[in-house]
Amino acid sequence: MITRRVVRWLDDRLGFGSLAKSGLNKVFPDHWTFMMGEVALYSFVYLLISGVFLTLFFDPSEAKTTYLGSYDALHGSKVSAAYSSSVALSYDVRLGLLMRQSHHWAALLFIGAIVVHLARIFFTGAFRRPREINWVIGVTLLLLALVNGFAGYSMPDDLLSGTGLRIANGVLLSIPVIGAWASFLVFGSEFPGQHIIPRLYIAHVLIVPALIAALIAAHMAILVRQKHSQFPGPGRTEHNVVGSRLWPGYTVKSIGLMFAVFGACLLLGGLVQINPVWLWGPFEPGSVTGPAQPDWYVGWLDGALRLYPPWEPHLFGYRLPSLFVPTVVLPGLTFLVLYLWPFLERLFTKDRAPHELLERPRDRPLRLALGVAAFTFYGLLLAAFSLDVVTRFTGLSVTALVEVFRVVVFAVPALTGLIAFTLARALLHSEAPRLLEVAWSDVVAEMTPSGGSRRRSEPPAAVAAVTVPEDHLPVDVGPAP
Amino acid sequence: MTRPSRTPELVASACFLAAGAAAAGFVVAFITENSPQLEGLLLGGACVALALGLIVWAMHLLPSGTYVEERPPMQPLAEVEKEFQSTLQRGGRQTPGLLRRTLMLAGLGLGVAAIVPLRSLLPSGRGPYAALQQTAWRRGVRMMTSEGKLVRLDEVVPGTALTVFPEAPQPQDDATVILLRLDPAALEQSHHGAAGSVDGCVAFSKLCTHAGCPVGLYEQTSQELFCPCHQSAFDVREGARPIAGPAPRPLPQLPLAVDSDGYLQADGTFSGQVGPTYWRRG
Repeated sequence: MITRRVVRWLDDRLGFGSLAKSGLNKVFPDHWTFMMGEVALYSFVYLLISGVFLTLFFDPSEAKTTYLGSYDALHGSKVSAAYSSSVALSYDVRLGLLMRQSHHWAALLFIGAIVVHLARIFFTGAFRRPREINWVIGVTLLLLALVNGFAGYSMPDDLLSGTGLRIANGVLLSIPVIGAWASFLVFGSEFPGQHIIPRLYIAHVLIVPALIAALIAAHMAILVRQKHSQFPGPGRTEHNVVGSRLWPGYTVKSIGLMFAVFGACLLLGGLVQINPVWLWGPFEPGSVTGPAQPDWYVGWLDGALRLYPPWEPHLFGYRLPSLFVPTVVLPGLTFLVLYLWPFLERLFTKDRAPHELLERPRDRPLRLALGVAAFTFYGLLLAAFSLDVVTRFTGLSVTALVEVFRVVVFAVPALTGLIAFTLARALLHSEAPRLLEVAWSDVVAEMTPSGGSRRRSEPPAAVAAVTVPEDHLPVDVGPAP
Repeated sequence: MTRPSRTPELVASACFLAAGAAAAGFVVAFITENSPQLEGLLLGGACVALALGLIVWAMHLLPSGTYVEERPPMQPLAEVEKEFQSTLQRGGRQTPGLLRRTLMLAGLGLGVAAIVPLRSLLPSGRGPYAALQQTAWRRGVRMMTSEGKLVRLDEVVPGTALTVFPEAPQPQDDATVILLRLDPAALEQSHHGAAGSVDGCVAFSKLCTHAGCPVGLYEQTSQELFCPCHQSAFDVREGARPIAGPAPRPLPQLPLAVDSDGYLQADGTFSGQVGPTYWRRG
């Protein structure tokens, strides 16, 4: 009763009735893989909420202060205000540790969800025309999320993240011609200087979140305008969207997903320790802590750093720093290829038509193989970032492991790509609906030269569209198949 | 006609009750306890219970079905496109070329002016190369520990490594030095020789030439300095030459001397570039 009156009161003043009618009836295709973007979105919302709490207690200053809180090992020590307030948040502020840890877990979840979402978009060809803009926005969001994550865990000015900042400084210095200037620009002086923590703070709580929020808004506005893509199936064509209506079912499910994400962040944040900065100690000149690993989403760069040999060739009489290729060229090329992928694929497939129907990953075996190889490559680089920890369990020397990994990091992706290609082709050409039902004979047939000429399984044919009524409202075609 | 089952309604309601109870429990725990585990479990549990209830409600009770919505084409019709273009071009004839070009020049000027404030992020005074090439070490500067205590030659225990800085009010990061005491005879016999050492004491920059991490681990028996970040190893007897790992250059050596009071001091500056390589000649 009350809600009806409130809605009428608002409608009377804002006149959203007709807009709401079409909006609330919007159809969204139902597939569980379409939820990944929402998981990323809700992790970001949780980051904002928990982040606001943290900003009310964190002091982004490198000025020395005496910690007088309840953590005994640090009590009475002179440390930076940033470190002191981080330890105080963990020990002396009610809910502080829960907020700090759940915020950190939410960041890991945020970037993980973006990567899974990117994989779904990639393997189903959702980035094709007309969705190239959203792909570019999405890759930018990934980049911004990586940067903000790194900035976030470097803010407490502890010894572990401070060591990471050293390495970041080395990366900046390694850029030819402008490297030294870049390093001094970011740090405000020679490392470590007095400026980096306040600068990271403003980037982390204001500049980058504002950019991320604006880009997410654009990302979703474009999605609403273009309507979500859908898998081929009965009744689904390039000219319709088949699924469930926004209100009430989809909205309630989505809100449920939001609370599930919040719940996951809180459960992890309360029950699983992460980034115990009080154990690392404050950043101090000349000190280091080991083993030193960054967060997982930067781990592929650290792995590349460990595997790249100590080569410093001379170019035009100048020494090319050994960090340049693994930490500047590699991520630069990675993001260049990511940004350009829709356009590169269009160049090779000559497919310029707009697509609203997704492809099954098997429908493009080469793209599938390249994607699988790429994920394997970056996954192995990530694995390489903990080789020094692995030695403790295997008894092999780090040098031996590095030698092995240098080969593995190129050989294994080639292998997994080849396997993926063969399996996709076998699946495509056989009559099996699912990968696990493919016969071994189908796979072997794929590997022989004449195997590719067998009958192909087409994607389910688009059935003739249902006639759309005059009011353009969605038509019920009965329960989902 | 059979009554629809009440199970989804009961399950969802139970979830909502559990969520409410967990939230109340969280408030109690917040007031009485100081346990992040309990707080996380209760508040997180409340969220998860609410999520489960909402999903059961949506999937089993709320109206659902498969609906079809028309997808209007994105590509504009020719007439619409033409009208849009002509709307955009309005005012084009009243804007002659000179105006356009000078406007572009103004924009260019303002654009450059807008980027220039970035320069303020750089430190004033000398450029980065001067700062990178120099440290506070000079001939005659004495060594101190991070607590500010000066180091005497006879206090350096053989087989140990000590982190020292130039004598100054604050320890300076780029001047961090690791001081070791080796067997003088072994040092004489090595390829590198005993240059820069005093009675077996040698000093090197502590910053790894790979990515700049302090080389904090000293392995006595093999006499290697080991960097914890990416596992570069340096042979101390051979002028801290890298023998394993990704470090491309030896750790620069700081020549040592002893002053009249027995305190260790530098006898010059570092023998090479400190820390990770940057773009420079040689």
